[in-house]
Amino acid sequence: MDKYSLPLKIFMYISIFVFFIFILLPFIEMFYASLRPLKHLFRSPYQFYSDDLSFWAYREMWNTVPLLGRYIFNSFFMAVTVTFFTLLFVVPAAYSYARFNFPFKQGSLWVLLAVNMFSGAVLLIPLFKLLRTFDLLNTYFAMIVPGIAFCIPTSIWLLKAYFEKIPVELEEAAYVDGASRIDILTKIIAPLSTPGIVVTAIYAFIQAYAQQFLFAITFNSIREYMPIVSGLTEFIGYQSVKWNEMMAASIVGVFPVLIVFVFLQKYIVEGLTAGAVKN
Amino acid sequence: MNNKSKLASFNSPTFLAYVLIAPAVIYLLCIVGWPLFETFRLSFTNASIAGEEYVGFQNYEKLLSSSKFSKIAVRTFVWTFFSVLLKLILGMIGAVLLNASLRGRTFFRILVLPPWVVPIAIGALGWMWVYNGHFGILSGIGIRLGILDGPFSFLAYKKSAFIATMVTDVWVGTPFVTLFFLAGMQAVSKDLYEAAYCDGAGRFRRFYHITLPQITPVIISMSLISAVSTFVSFDIIFIMTEGGPRGATTTLIIDTYKMALGNYKFGRGSARAVMIVLMITTFAILYFYLLSRINKKVSHG
Repeated sequence: MDKYSLPLKIFMYISIFVFFIFILLPFIEMFYASLRPLKHLFRSPYQFYSDDLSFWAYREMWNTVPLLGRYIFNSFFMAVTVTFFTLLFVVPAAYSYARFNFPFKQGSLWVLLAVNMFSGAVLLIPLFKLLRTFDLLNTYFAMIVPGIAFCIPTSIWLLKAYFEKIPVELEEAAYVDGASRIDILTKIIAPLSTPGIVVTAIYAFIQAYAQQFLFAITFNSIREYMPIVSGLTEFIGYQSVKWNEMMAASIVGVFPVLIVFVFLQKYIVEGLTAGAVKN
Repeated sequence: MNNKSKLASFNSPTFLAYVLIAPAVIYLLCIVGWPLFETFRLSFTNASIAGEEYVGFQNYEKLLSSSKFSKIAVRTFVWTFFSVLLKLILGMIGAVLLNASLRGRTFFRILVLPPWVVPIAIGALGWMWVYNGHFGILSGIGIRLGILDGPFSFLAYKKSAFIATMVTDVWVGTPFVTLFFLAGMQAVSKDLYEAAYCDGAGRFRRFYHITLPQITPVIISMSLISAVSTFVSFDIIFIMTEGGPRGATTTLIIDTYKMALGNYKFGRGSARAVMIVLMITTFAILYFYLLSRINKKVSHG
């Protein structure tokens, strides 16, 4: 095949550069703002260069918003709980979809996709009433219960693709040799599918972490239970917004998720795109 | 023979299959199915904190005769249309660039992901800072270049706020579209390209005659998925402008939210939610119709 000519190569690298300026601009600006003292930040017009960068905001933010640590903990706690319950629902369902044929199989898979489309915002009113009936408003569960529902569909699709990679013959051979279904599940399927389950768990965690905002502002008004995404609003004060500390807190709140994702991105991306491209 | 029939029942145990999917299905029926049904029911009532009463189609009549609602609906369609269009164009450009055999492409493929992974609420905060009139970089560059004669707050004016929130939405959605286009391109058989190359087809013609038709199903899926998620995009607008200035960024979902949970008018809010569901369903039907036609075309050669 033809090689890239030098001008084309240069043109492509420039395009990549421009593309990534767009993708990374807010992150670069957030990080830059977090390093600058507030009084430098509030200089108009915009200062491209700043000579006293420091990590001061990363220390001061804990004093400005005393509950910041609690908010970050809440975000993690709720995302982990959502992930746990999502797996409980998803592992058997995905196995069943990957392995067995039954009436309404294809249809119900499409319905699952449709659930994704309805997004929480359309269903807020009945969810609000439902949570109020069970006295769950203003608790962790107000954010966890709907969170699980919206993590289930994609997780099933994702994990189903992994289960499908395990050859049926393995199970059949074991069965003919007299192994029980329980044996097969615990001794063949479980070890072989562990990587897939881990990836699904991480995907569910990231989604749970990302979708907290809407449920938090709608179903919870108690500060102690707020996740980081709504807790950040506390940097907005009477007089002015402490932008540098707000940005520092955003970065600290998001960094762990980003790191985990970067290490596992290959598997998540492969799993997610596999199904879509095949169809 | 015995083994075969044993295996058949081993491989398709209908009852067990249903038992395994039952917990997930039941949970979704409670948390998504029932609320969906309840939204329909409430839309025919005047439900509020005080109580509810059946009012027939009154909510819908009010809605459809109100010029404000049709304005919001049109605005939502325009916002969605341009946002999706930009996502598809940028996603295609991104996928072509990341698919090229250039040094560093593994790294670039990771670098494109952050907007998708980071909670939208936090990305929106970053953009608010970028759009800030006095201290934001866009306004700063504008002044330096002499395009702006003074600080310009992008979120304070109707037109610019509309575009600014749209650009943020494009930013959120582009990585996802890029990834799927990229995956689609990688699934195209290399033989096709080599054959075309031997026949003397240039880079652009290979893209136009091989890549594009081959990934058309992915393009259509991405159009639908993006259209639906953009149509009900909530976090970005709610955080950046709360639907303002003077309603310029109020989309259907923001309007629904404010009506239902700002004013506690559950009935009228539900009628709006039902309209959204109906519109999304229309998108979806259109999508399946298109997809089946294209699949037919592909299979007939």
